[in-house]
Amino acid sequence: MLKLRRLEVGVPALGVVVAGAVAAAVSGSGVAVGFVVAVLVVAALSWRFVGRRYGSWGYAEREDDLLVRRGVMFARLSVVPYGRMQFIDVTAGPLERIFGLATVRLHTAAAATDARIPGLAREEAARLRDRLAELGEAQAAGL
Amino acid sequence: MTSGSPEGWQRLHPLSPVVRGGRATIAIAILLVPIAFGGDTLKNATPQLVIIAILTAGGVVSWLVTRWRIDDDDLRIETGLLRRQSLRFPLAQVQAIDVVRPGLARLFRVAELRLRMAGSTGDTARLAYVAEHEVEPLRDQLLTLARGARHGEPAAAPSTEQEGVPSEERVLATVATGQLITAIVLENGWLIVILAGLVAGFAVSPRTVAGVLGGGGFFWAISMVTLVWRRFNQQYRLTVAEGPDGLHLRGGLVALTAEVIRPGRVQAVRLVEPWLWRPLGWCRLEVDIAGRQRSKGEGAAARRPLRALLPVGKRTLGLELVDRLMPDRPRELSRPPRRVFWKSPFRYRALSWGRTETCVATTSGRLRRVTCWVPLEKAQSLRHVQGPVQRRLRLASVHVDTAGRAVHTTLRDRDAEEAATALEELTDLARAARRRPALT
Repeated sequence: MLKLRRLEVGVPALGVVVAGAVAAAVSGSGVAVGFVVAVLVVAALSWRFVGRRYGSWGYAEREDDLLVRRGVMFARLSVVPYGRMQFIDVTAGPLERIFGLATVRLHTAAAATDARIPGLAREEAARLRDRLAELGEAQAAGL
Repeated sequence: MTSGSPEGWQRLHPLSPVVRGGRATIAIAILLVPIAFGGDTLKNATPQLVIIAILTAGGVVSWLVTRWRIDDDDLRIETGLLRRQSLRFPLAQVQAIDVVRPGLARLFRVAELRLRMAGSTGDTARLAYVAEHEVEPLRDQLLTLARGARHGEPAAAPSTEQEGVPSEERVLATVATGQLITAIVLENGWLIVILAGLVAGFAVSPRTVAGVLGGGGFFWAISMVTLVWRRFNQQYRLTVAEGPDGLHLRGGLVALTAEVIRPGRVQAVRLVEPWLWRPLGWCRLEVDIAGRQRSKGEGAAARRPLRALLPVGKRTLGLELVDRLMPDRPRELSRPPRRVFWKSPFRYRALSWGRTETCVATTSGRLRRVTCWVPLEKAQSLRHVQGPVQRRLRLASVHVDTAGRAVHTTLRDRDAEEAATALEELTDLARAARRRPALT
């Protein structure tokens, strides 16, 4: 997961740097050089930031509910009781698929519920989905 | 169409297409006028006649192909000529049943039954239209069936004492007309100012005003007026009464609505005090029931934000009604720490929260004070959020998510430690509340 995110930052940054470097070499102007340096700095910062954000994601299965944690700037911690889950989504985008990852998303009757666990290994995602579905059925509560 | 033959399919009232057409019907009537009075010769009127024929045929066909019936604990509606649709509404999921009577429907003595369903697919089952004298028994029957289905018993046939339900209800409050007008004016104070400005401007220099109106201002004004009118129409002489099957709401000026809110279906209650109402000690009480967040194709009436239980009334009366809905509401609310002032200076004075074993209450708002109550058994999930500014000030918020449409309950800007304990406590209390058998 971390690898994926870093790649998402790294690849465009590298592309821009290369393009900028070529431009700088061709025109030899200071502006292009400055631009390249700025991009490098931004990339380095977001590299670190992505690492921290990755570290902030987490989830815990408790007896009656699932805890989902995320966010660095806005730290969020959601408590979703199993009995309240309406359905569970497992999605995997093209990039995620390359890395064998998937995102699990829980839905309750409340639209505000925002419990998303990204970047799980595919087997772990399937296991979690089945487990949650099972627990949800056992504890289901009406509206 | 009465409960006599629950197995057979039934049709809607023959006048349904006329009423459903609404504006189209009026347009047809207007088109017919010159013909009827011989102003036009029949030859000149051919295009009008063709249009009328098409519209009428369409209405009649749609009436012919629509039928409904009550199965054991489902309401089934079949409709559509080319694209046949068979709809099934499990009565156990009924959240509320409305009886709606628009102006035209009142003229023809028919009414529409609207069953609001729960779930994320939250559709509305509409029976438009049923003869007026059959509506009440039908609604009672549906309510009885819904109750039976909810308890998992075989659906009982409606007994005679069930049909006498309306007479047992006890009126709790009626909205006075004068109060309602004052309230709407005060809540939309700026609107009145603008209207007055327009009128005054028209007196001074008609041309400028006409320019403004022509440039889109006109439509804006129209929509504003419609909005105010709709509210007035809906809330005119609204009466809340307590019946054995839930809270009954009745009222309306041109379009009459009657609604039953079933006990235990209320997801959240909200008491709103707009800025200009506060000196008068007035409030509005709104209830939130489960349903889709955004609904399409239900018409404007369904897009209204929330059902007002008490459109306007004294604060004490509002609180009395809250007591009825949430007998165990928290009496004492605690204020946030002083340093919150630096984060939200305008909101600081209004923020507070409190809880009991079964219920959470929060207050918020800058100019408009909003107090929310949520029964903990209805809490869907809890969220603990801490933003960058909040972290600096050692604050955090806890959100209580419900299945309702519009009520957002947030324990905003609490001390970080308090928020963490609140999250733990509320999680445990909500679990206990879910396990407890429903009180109703």
